[in-house]
Amino acid sequence: HLPAMDCVVTGGNVKVLAKAIHSLSRIGDELYLEPEDDGLALRSVNSSRSAYACFLFSPLFFSRYTVPCGHAFRCKMAIKCVQAVFRSLSSLDKTVEKCHIELVGEKSRLTFTLHCKHGLMKTHNLSFQDSESLQAVFDKDSCSNVLRAQPRLLVDTVLHFPPALEEVSLSVSGERVLFRNYVEEEPAKAMLTELSLSSDEFEHFAVGAESSITFCLKELRGLLVFAESTGLPVSVHFDLPGSPVVLSVTDSVLEVNFVLATLSDDLNLRNHNNNPKRARSPPPADDFLNDDIDSYLIAMDTSELPGPSNAPAQRSNHRLEAQSPVANHRLESEEAEEEETGDTERPPNKKFRSLFFGSVCPTDSQLTNQTATSQEVLASDSEDDAQAASP
Amino acid sequence: MKFRAKIIDVGCLNHFTRVVNTISKLTKTCILRLTPGNLYFVLSGKIASGGVSMWCELSQANFFDEYQLEGVAPEANEICLEVTPENLSRALRTAQNAKCVKIKLTKKHCPCLTFAAELPTLSSVSRVVTHDIPVDVIPRRLWHDFKEPSVPDFDVSIYLPPLKTMKNVVDRMKNLSNFLVIEANLNGEMNLKIETDLVSVTTHFKDLGNPPWGDDGSQGRSHSRDPELMAQTRVDIRKLQQFLMGQQVNPSKAMCNIVHKRIIHLILLHEDVSLQYFIPAVA
Repeated sequence: HLPAMDCVVTGGNVKVLAKAIHSLSRIGDELYLEPEDDGLALRSVNSSRSAYACFLFSPLFFSRYTVPCGHAFRCKMAIKCVQAVFRSLSSLDKTVEKCHIELVGEKSRLTFTLHCKHGLMKTHNLSFQDSESLQAVFDKDSCSNVLRAQPRLLVDTVLHFPPALEEVSLSVSGERVLFRNYVEEEPAKAMLTELSLSSDEFEHFAVGAESSITFCLKELRGLLVFAESTGLPVSVHFDLPGSPVVLSVTDSVLEVNFVLATLSDDLNLRNHNNNPKRARSPPPADDFLNDDIDSYLIAMDTSELPGPSNAPAQRSNHRLEAQSPVANHRLESEEAEEEETGDTERPPNKKFRSLFFGSVCPTDSQLTNQTATSQEVLASDSEDDAQAASP
Repeated sequence: MKFRAKIIDVGCLNHFTRVVNTISKLTKTCILRLTPGNLYFVLSGKIASGGVSMWCELSQANFFDEYQLEGVAPEANEICLEVTPENLSRALRTAQNAKCVKIKLTKKHCPCLTFAAELPTLSSVSRVVTHDIPVDVIPRRLWHDFKEPSVPDFDVSIYLPPLKTMKNVVDRMKNLSNFLVIEANLNGEMNLKIETDLVSVTTHFKDLGNPPWGDDGSQGRSHSRDPELMAQTRVDIRKLQQFLMGQQVNPSKAMCNIVHKRIIHLILLHEDVSLQYFIPAVA
């Protein structure tokens, strides 16, 4: 039997690969590895299914890239183990000359061999599990707002916010881009920080619809670590609050997409208030729980998460709806927003709209049925789902 | 009640940042008293703060290029705010290479001190970062709590050794005991002592010198004192450590007044800034 995958990375690209894995480790605990004809895809998703990241390295990124055609091989493993292979990031480009990645199906081992200076060779045999394809359904090209900037600009922006800050709000209006710390409770005691950037500072500034979105800072920081090391510009694609923001970095040999859920606190939820299915779902047990992002599971149809992902998704939808009247007011103006939050009897709930993932398995017809069924279930859950699934 | 100030000079900005950082290491909250001539960071010796009090005085003219203040009333031309120094410190940290920093008292969702920094960019339009720091306005009837403390009628006043040296000693003693005895005499000698059931440690400093307090009222008790006689106070070692740890301003003069078995009064002077810190005795 031929190895399922056999590829070699040399020179500076070893560090790029290492940084990518480091960056993915900020997202989730598992690394999904999918060798495909158009390149090697490394993916991860966080436990709450509100953040997804994919690095696609084209065959040209490698000095050798072999995947047997007609036989899709996918696996996942603990990302920590892969990170361990690329420990000491700083000295990596000085010591490692070549990295050889081999996936041998029968042995259930993924082998990383680092060829270092002085003929030193380090071999890591990592065990893995079979998995289905992990893929988020998103369409960044249809987003009405696109900003592109050098990573330095975003790194400098993020520096203004404390490391402990979880979410940041991004607003675009006219010729300015605003970043604000998102404060959910007791705004009267919290320090509010706002950074205002001119559109001139962006390489590309296309705003179709003025909007303000809130998303997690941690993943953005993760992507910036990668983008800064490669010096590649970062694009931010987004629409209205509630629909995912896509952060992307592209190059001739690689494409990186981070898809992050945004807090839905917007008018666009009004349209969904009549959904009977949601009205029936049980109210949240405890207000406290509402702040828990982890409960906002993104409906996802990998084989490991079959049924249970549906129930929490419904519950979260219900909460989204419950919150919308408050949220609608919050758009009026900057000042009004702050006051409004102070006046509400309880702190606004922190809610990330689910990202809807679908499984796309182009080569494996066996799985298509299963995929289709589970997607149908998801689609009936929310109208947005249908939008997201058919861009 | 109006307040706005502006710093343009980088040196002033750095200096002000260091002062605020020092304060933020000493206390979680304190009072910021603004007068036409000065800024004061004040902590009055409440039980909640472990009886420690602080008085830090800055002359506004040495820091600010613009400074406008309209107090509560013409006869009380001051503003008194309760602030979280850590927030001020954070705001200043992000403004390190700013072209200018404006500080304003604003009415947002609550009273705020708004820091706005204009940051340099490559493009023609500046980057602006603003921080709205919530503050509590202290009503006039409570102001009497925040008056300058008088210099206590001390037994011994002594110059301190370099604060770094003292910090190293205190940091080590902290591992052995929760309390420290600080004693000094008029012969320029100071000892830092800890005593536990297992061990007694004393660090001796000599030739430190005693500040001349002139005909100041406080001189009374130390005038006829035996130069060899030690005055001593036992304090919570953490309070002293905190004081030594937070120092970011290199003082030109550092001294300590000891009221036997009652209190120690630490004074740091650096050009236009003075910081006084009082640590009460523990039995």
